[in-house]
Amino acid sequence: MFQIDCPWCGPRDQQEFAYAGEAAIKRPENPASLSDAEWADYLFMRTNPRGRHHEQWRHVHGCGQFFDVVRDTVTYRIESVDVPGRPALGDAS
Amino acid sequence: MSQQTHRLSQGGRIDRGREIRFTFNGREYTGYAGDTLASALLANGVSVIGRSFKYHRPRGLVGAGPEEPNAIVQVGLGGQTRPDQRATQVELFDGLVASTSARLGFDPMGLNNTFSRMLPAGFYYKTFKWPAKSWPSYEKRIRQAAGLGYSPTEPDTDRYDHMNAHCDVLVVGGGPAGLAAALRAGRAGARVMLVDENAEFGGSLLAERDAQANAIDDRSPHDWIAASVAELSAMQEVRVMTRTTAFGNYDHNFIGLMEDKADYRGGPGAGEVRHRLWRVRAQRVVLATGALERPLVFGNNDRPGIMTASAVSTYLNRYGVAPGWRTVVFTNNDSAYQTALDLKAAGRDVAAIVDIRTNPTGALADAAREAGIPIHDSSAIIKARGSRRVKSVQIAQVKYGQLAEEGDTIACDVVATSGGWSPVVHLHCHIGSKPQWDDEAACFLPGPDNPGQSSAGSVTGAFSLRKALSQGFEQGGAAVAELGFEPTAGAAPSAPAPGTVMPIQPFWIAPTGKPLSRGPKQFVDYQNDTTAADIALAVREGYESVEHVKRYTAMGFGTDQGKLGNINGMAILASLLDQSIPETGTTTFRPAYTPVSFGSVAGRTADHLFDPERKTAMHDWHVQHGALFENVGQWKRPWYYPKDDESMQAALDRECRSTRNGAGVLDASTLGKIEVHGPDANRFLDMIYTGGRRKMKTGTCRYGLMLHEDGMIFDDGVTAKLDENHYYLTTTTGGAAGVLNWLEQWHQTEWPDMDVFFTFVTDQWATVAVNGPKSREILQALCDDIDFDREAFAFMTFREGTVAGVAARVFRISFTGELAFEINVDANYGRHVWEAVMAAGAPHGITPYGTETMHILRAEKGFIVAGQDTDGAVTPMDMGMHWAIGKKKDDFIGMRSLSRADIVGEGRKQYVGLVPTDGSIVLPEGSQLVNDPEAALPMPMVGHVSSSYHSDTLGHSFALAVVEDGRSRHGETVYSPQVDGSVIAATITDPVFYDREGARQNV
Repeated sequence: MFQIDCPWCGPRDQQEFAYAGEAAIKRPENPASLSDAEWADYLFMRTNPRGRHHEQWRHVHGCGQFFDVVRDTVTYRIESVDVPGRPALGDAS
Repeated sequence: MSQQTHRLSQGGRIDRGREIRFTFNGREYTGYAGDTLASALLANGVSVIGRSFKYHRPRGLVGAGPEEPNAIVQVGLGGQTRPDQRATQVELFDGLVASTSARLGFDPMGLNNTFSRMLPAGFYYKTFKWPAKSWPSYEKRIRQAAGLGYSPTEPDTDRYDHMNAHCDVLVVGGGPAGLAAALRAGRAGARVMLVDENAEFGGSLLAERDAQANAIDDRSPHDWIAASVAELSAMQEVRVMTRTTAFGNYDHNFIGLMEDKADYRGGPGAGEVRHRLWRVRAQRVVLATGALERPLVFGNNDRPGIMTASAVSTYLNRYGVAPGWRTVVFTNNDSAYQTALDLKAAGRDVAAIVDIRTNPTGALADAAREAGIPIHDSSAIIKARGSRRVKSVQIAQVKYGQLAEEGDTIACDVVATSGGWSPVVHLHCHIGSKPQWDDEAACFLPGPDNPGQSSAGSVTGAFSLRKALSQGFEQGGAAVAELGFEPTAGAAPSAPAPGTVMPIQPFWIAPTGKPLSRGPKQFVDYQNDTTAADIALAVREGYESVEHVKRYTAMGFGTDQGKLGNINGMAILASLLDQSIPETGTTTFRPAYTPVSFGSVAGRTADHLFDPERKTAMHDWHVQHGALFENVGQWKRPWYYPKDDESMQAALDRECRSTRNGAGVLDASTLGKIEVHGPDANRFLDMIYTGGRRKMKTGTCRYGLMLHEDGMIFDDGVTAKLDENHYYLTTTTGGAAGVLNWLEQWHQTEWPDMDVFFTFVTDQWATVAVNGPKSREILQALCDDIDFDREAFAFMTFREGTVAGVAARVFRISFTGELAFEINVDANYGRHVWEAVMAAGAPHGITPYGTETMHILRAEKGFIVAGQDTDGAVTPMDMGMHWAIGKKKDDFIGMRSLSRADIVGEGRKQYVGLVPTDGSIVLPEGSQLVNDPEAALPMPMVGHVSSSYHSDTLGHSFALAVVEDGRSRHGETVYSPQVDGSVIAATITDPVFYDREGARQNV
């Protein structure tokens, strides 16, 4: 069971969290302008790397917040935890 | 009662003053406090303890710990019986009742041994393959013949619990290395947990003579253990736990422990816990898990009396039991010489030491020669004789692994073998690390340390006491130093320098001069009766991967998970494949290290605590009025309210009639409710729903569909506009949490700039849905501050007022097609308002109805239930709900998908009604539909039934379904073949069966 460092609550057991898919999948600005193939790419295509993976988790049984995690899919080491669009906590800049 | 014929007159860590009586396979014996079941049986001269799995050969003890493959016993009776217990780990207590399921005397299944040439690996799969449908009955017989234990058939009434713990350093294993590590870490002030599966700490020291020659820090080993444990126990931040197995090493230093709180003393007392499962998150983990001795593989090496050398030493030194009178030691390394010396010291005869190495030298070999023990070098035991007990062994000269010359037959009743030591790398490897082969030590060692973990002691190949102590001390210090503690100064506990050691010579199988399949059986895995010949057969049949060979031969399965035999098996496989051991590799090490009880995994979350139950404010009323309940998610919802001995259908018919003709009332409190606030609430909900929200007027309600981005319906509900930037959403009962998650995810991750927030209010409101032509009159009787006039309070609007003296929101919405009002009040007043409605409705014959009547009434109107009539693969157009899509919207979630070629094309399954030709038959929900029931197999399926009921209103059965291009096929017939071979014909219709114009709610 992972220990995930929620950016808002601190380290908690994995059972408090829910996986929420790959991170940084941006919804197209204007879906109507996309071809079926382009839309399908946004809808269905996800990376499945052996190694570093950018993913989203939600502290569903805690603060309820979504955040980004960089995790190694082989070693399960969590490299970083980040709030999308905000500087990481402890980041002085 | 049998005598303890094999008990030594002195020695051992048993309490000879406390005699203990126990029963094994129906016979009474005695042992002493401190015995295990295994040591007590051995003391009583019981050599045959079980029968083997496949060949039903008599089997005795091989080991003295968790590696024991043969002595697998059933302990206790009734609901508390424990199958698959290792007799070597079952502590003796007064009144212990244990048995082995196999027959110990004459066993007719022993014929399997006589005809064993006909029972090679894979025999069952190959032989019982035809006819396929007979396999279940074959399997039953095979399992009866093979069983090692049985599950309790009665409920286990004992209590189990879970404990969560955090510590700085968790030390696994309380042998010399673990104790040294815990001492160093504890002295630095760190929070330390030290756990050991045994009843007492000491590990390998307990198996050795408590002699001054082995002194640690000038204390005898046992005194040193006692002093160390006393020091640790006195430390405020240190927790020491015996009878506690670290069974699994999980990610990020999460370790599972199972603590036996009661089995060792015969079970828990009143209010006590039997097993406790510890979930430990440790900053650092020191694995001091030790090593297990490998047996050597030779002909008939499974005969009772043939044991590992360390087991023989353990029984001698720890339990004061000599397994026999005359021992032959067979080894490829030095450690078994110590066993020979231990036997001598206990006054037992050592007939010979058979050593595969040439001219053994070194401290232990010299001592053995000095003790007058004959040593046969460059030699091996090639086979054992005897059936229920080893009687003699045949030795031979071996050169370059080949049989050189057959030698003497030596009479004996014990064979102590040592093929070297296998470090217990299991925990290290549970999180994916691969063990690494070490040629010099001839064993697999832990690979690079896992993050936050280290290993110490013999698990690292440090087989000398001196090295184990210094390594433990060092790793304990390193662990706390990494955490910012200051390790105390001072030297590691010191032990005498080991004498000169002669290196191990790897030796995997004794040559017999015959092909593997022709010689006597050479067992690799005792518990699964896997022989070297089985591995050879697997290779001949083309298996190369060790994981496949494992599954073909069953090597490494069972309660011991190959602790004893796997390395020998892998080495034999490697040589048959003509590759190295590292190239062959090991099978995967997975938790649990030793079996974990189901009870401890479940803990308190059993029976009524298995899953939370959610009950509405009116729940007790429903119970008092005879409701039967159905589970909807975690909610308990009234299903229907049978009266007297009314049948279910009669109750439903009555509930439907009353609602359609007078009034019915439903507890709708379980519907999900979410409030959405904020200046961007309109903009946000416009993206979430297919329909527009922006132009809604305050005080109105609108039905809405939510799609996933792929265009498929996933939830629906009614939205009420409370204020310009304030909405109240209802969701399906089961979908509420998912919808909230959906809203949060889009808001937080895609549109964080939108100023909107969500409040989950499902539990805050109780909802009483009054349906039927009399509902207006009932509401009017309860409320005088809302004008219920048809024009004043229009359909799809809501009003705020006071109902039965309680502030309420009343919605004029309908899920039955009748005139209907849903009263929402503070949940604390739910029951009061419900009872007031029942009283006010009494003159009109108001009838409470449950989910089943709700379904019939809504289905008659063709109203869908998301998740029942939709299955995640239907669009609004498939459901004929084009009207729910905002015509002027530029975008909403899922919109783009609705114009994809395969969504707008022909052949999609469309929502229809079905009327069975025989109106007395209710189509089973989930039934597949076909156009031609005579079509060749596989029959093309054109749709399925999603909802199906008998309708009192219509006077016949009806169903909702999806059918390919169904909307253009009204009036046609489809067929539903059933599992019993019958075929139900039905006519496709419009999905709205009742009041198509909507006149009934428009009054």
